[in-house]
Amino acid sequence: MSAVTAGTGQGSVAPANPVRERRVSVWQNKISASVKVAGSGPPLVFLHSAGGLVWDPFLETLAARHTVYAPEHPGLAEGDPDAISHVDNLWDLVLYYFDLLDELGLKSAPIVGHSFGAMVAAELAATNPDRVSKLVLMCPIGLWREDAPIPNWMIVTPASDLPKYLFYDPEGPLAKAIFGAPDAEAQIKMIWCMACTGKFVWPIPDKGLKKRIHRIKSPTLVLWGKQDRLVPPIYAEEFASRIVGSRVEMLNEAGHALTAEHPRRVSALIEEFLGTAQADSQRSGS
Amino acid sequence: MYISTFHLMPHRELPEDFEKRYPSIWVTAPFHELADPRRVGQFYNWTLDELIAAAEAGSDGVCTNEHHQNAYGFMPSPNLMGSVLARATQGLNCAIVQLGASLPGTQPPTRIAEEYAMIDCISGGRLVAGMPLGTPMDMNICYGVTPIEQRDRYREAHDLIIKAWTSKEVFPWNGKFFQLGAVNLWPRPIQQPHPPVWIPGSGSTSTFAYTAEHNYCYCFLSYFGYNSVSQPVRDKYWESCQKAGRDLNPYRMGFLQLVGVSETDGQAEKDYAKHVEYFYHKCLHVPLEWFGIPGHQDYRSLANQMRSPAMARNLASLKEKRFKDFLDDRFVVCGSPATVRDQLKDLCQTLRVGNLMVLLHMGSMPHDLTLKNIDLFFREVAPALRPMWEDEWENHWWPEGLRRKARKEVAA
Repeated sequence: MSAVTAGTGQGSVAPANPVRERRVSVWQNKISASVKVAGSGPPLVFLHSAGGLVWDPFLETLAARHTVYAPEHPGLAEGDPDAISHVDNLWDLVLYYFDLLDELGLKSAPIVGHSFGAMVAAELAATNPDRVSKLVLMCPIGLWREDAPIPNWMIVTPASDLPKYLFYDPEGPLAKAIFGAPDAEAQIKMIWCMACTGKFVWPIPDKGLKKRIHRIKSPTLVLWGKQDRLVPPIYAEEFASRIVGSRVEMLNEAGHALTAEHPRRVSALIEEFLGTAQADSQRSGS
Repeated sequence: MYISTFHLMPHRELPEDFEKRYPSIWVTAPFHELADPRRVGQFYNWTLDELIAAAEAGSDGVCTNEHHQNAYGFMPSPNLMGSVLARATQGLNCAIVQLGASLPGTQPPTRIAEEYAMIDCISGGRLVAGMPLGTPMDMNICYGVTPIEQRDRYREAHDLIIKAWTSKEVFPWNGKFFQLGAVNLWPRPIQQPHPPVWIPGSGSTSTFAYTAEHNYCYCFLSYFGYNSVSQPVRDKYWESCQKAGRDLNPYRMGFLQLVGVSETDGQAEKDYAKHVEYFYHKCLHVPLEWFGIPGHQDYRSLANQMRSPAMARNLASLKEKRFKDFLDDRFVVCGSPATVRDQLKDLCQTLRVGNLMVLLHMGSMPHDLTLKNIDLFFREVAPALRPMWEDEWENHWWPEGLRRKARKEVAA
């Protein structure tokens, strides 16, 4: 089950399915959205975390049986960092994503989100349940318990402590490969991603989802690493209890970075939930 | 040359092992473990007395600024201090330099327009209106301002303040961050169309361009003195001025310098060494990461800084340095009047600084030593610096009634 052998999440694996970047003009043509697209089969939308989009073994595995659409958060597309200034608040962001789904021709699709991306996915499903055929929330932020505050990852000090919050094994090869010796360009990219996503959750990632979450009608899978030290696993129940008919899977030996730690285990659970586990099966997804 | 006295109002009596016991002087330092409100009252009064003493000794201006939740400099409301100073310096040719109230964290920003106008009225038109962006610790962590919105909020607040000062009509403000149905400021400033504006900064490239574009004075608030950091800042700033079609008037640039004057160089070391180390080791004891909270800098400033991290390197190495190093690296200017004179002349000439700000109280300095420093500086050092730039340039960024040229003309 070890994920580490498969690569590091740094794009070191040559993808079997070529990844294309699509640029899609949205939001009154003010933003040229960058969407990574790969694979074939039924569509699946992936929304990345505050750490940024990395085409890693997890997405690579999903692309074997799905057409994976992985948009980058506004402001992260190459050459247009100021795009973020056109999306002012969470309401804008939700509508921006519906715009983008329209342009991609996705009337209804499963949405898989990780951390910040999972919060956005939950907001999309709560706002318009018809657009989200199935929902996968991997250690989402968006709810808040006084007895389990979520540390602000944007001001963790020293920054070298960040792996302790993210990984089951902060000293392991995976954490080292990702945080070992980042070059300036990778750091700029990660900091800017935190800046652009942070716009919607600063200083506390509770922007009212608790008032809207009951509207989620999609079949929902909640995935959590048992050793998540960023968003405590106690939140799994917070989400599950508010979403009718949702199911929770807790992963052993997994932290907040569960997709990097266990790409195959996590993708297998998702495929099982989506009903796409068999390579040749033609499931409707219902 | 115009010389203003800056004061941070720090905690002067932190424990010897402060930086080992506590992770930060900012945000999380526990007040009740470290301070006593009555003693803090004494600090405030000493601070005011020291700034008033500087004004009486001939300081061209007195500067205060805003910080929150810390022992490094705790004037959460600089305008409270500024209004006391405006009153206490009546009749002196001393500018009240508010450097000032942080724009992004004041809601609505017309509050700053009002308070600055009050100070301008109380002081008889002696206000310099500082418009700071605020540090990430103050604005993002303590005041909850979303980092990536900080600059846009700042710019909108600036536009609103200027319009509130200058509009003859009642107007509605329909902004992105602020909406006000009817703005009609009471009082208005004495200085027309509005008091001179200074923009304090710590080297962000976007602030240079903004300052040059608006024809304001940029104040480089650095604790690294005249060394490798300040020269690229100088170059980029003057480049921005040229790009914006501005002249090279040195009064477009302010610079903050830590200064200690004693009878001799040897005495200066005896007087100031431990206070300088207290300042750099304790007062700047802040996690490095907090200076670079994601979004506090726009993308270009971020990329610029990450690719040439001189500032971060300077901050990271402070704890290893002792007084001698701070002196040799020109972080501080300390010595006999002659030494200080020569170094400051060199600094102002090289960086092209017309508005010099001196920090004459550093860290743990007691009241008496601060008064000695103020006295020696304004008696023995300042007179030699004043003639710099005077013949060639006019300080358009100074209250008109206090400009020396203007005064001479009035007298003649």
